[in-house]
Amino acid sequence: MKSAVIVFPGSNCDRDMAVALEKITGQKPQMVWHQDTTFDDVDFIALPGGFSYGDYLRCGAMSARSPIMAEVIKRAQAGVPTLGVCNGFQILTETKLLPGALMRNARLKFVCKDVALTVENDTSTFTKDYSKGQEILIPVAHHDGNFYADTETLDRLEGEGQVAFKYAEDINGAQRNIAGILNDKGNILGMMPHPERMIAKELGGTDGCALFTSILNTLG
Amino acid sequence: MKAKIHVTLKNGVLDPQGKAIEHALGTLGFDGVDAARQGKYIELDLTETDKAKAQAAVEEMCKKLLANTVIENYSIELE
Repeated sequence: MKSAVIVFPGSNCDRDMAVALEKITGQKPQMVWHQDTTFDDVDFIALPGGFSYGDYLRCGAMSARSPIMAEVIKRAQAGVPTLGVCNGFQILTETKLLPGALMRNARLKFVCKDVALTVENDTSTFTKDYSKGQEILIPVAHHDGNFYADTETLDRLEGEGQVAFKYAEDINGAQRNIAGILNDKGNILGMMPHPERMIAKELGGTDGCALFTSILNTLG
Repeated sequence: MKAKIHVTLKNGVLDPQGKAIEHALGTLGFDGVDAARQGKYIELDLTETDKAKAQAAVEEMCKKLLANTVIENYSIELE
């Protein structure tokens, strides 16, 4: 499985993502700079966490319009599995590849801790190695993770199984405790928690591994 | 020509920063503030001299970058 990690100025989880991908897929991902306009033919694209462009204007707003994103959008729309974590999730909503928006945490505090998530969808490319209802522990580190969408969109996301993960309890004011969502085709996942930081016991746990093995088992 | 753009959160979208401002004003003894909403103000110096064309261009800028229309409204003033 060949993968690419897109690197923006201010990304700070790009190397964690690369380590996780290499450890689980056995192949080093291609690191792609945001000003490039194309990259290798890959099976999987990751948009890492961080504070790209210093969160200027809105989190992810600048990155979503950077040169490489035209290519990422094209490939994601063509069906290439694409994962956005934290800032990557914010970028995916800013590109409109995923619905909704990530707003300032309801209690205005930066939240940095391990949180319990419940798995809501266990059939997607990204989640099939989990089981529905399973509780997993994954860290979050964000100031703007308060997921917002209108009621109609929320109903659709829940009704169509597009909610991948929920927070077991409210941490940031996100509507319906949504922590991660899929697009309607199921090939794009955006999530605020960081599975790439939970891939070894030494790092605090291994609950993030199944996300990467799910992708690997789907793509081979 | 100058474009003055206000970007504000849509009605119904929770604005925690506005809420905090509202509380802080109350703490300072300013009674009578029913609600506070925080937004952004952006100024652009445009080379365009035709008002209609400038309006259309700034609309595009708002839709494509300056506002996130999922959660925000924008208003444009040209002078």
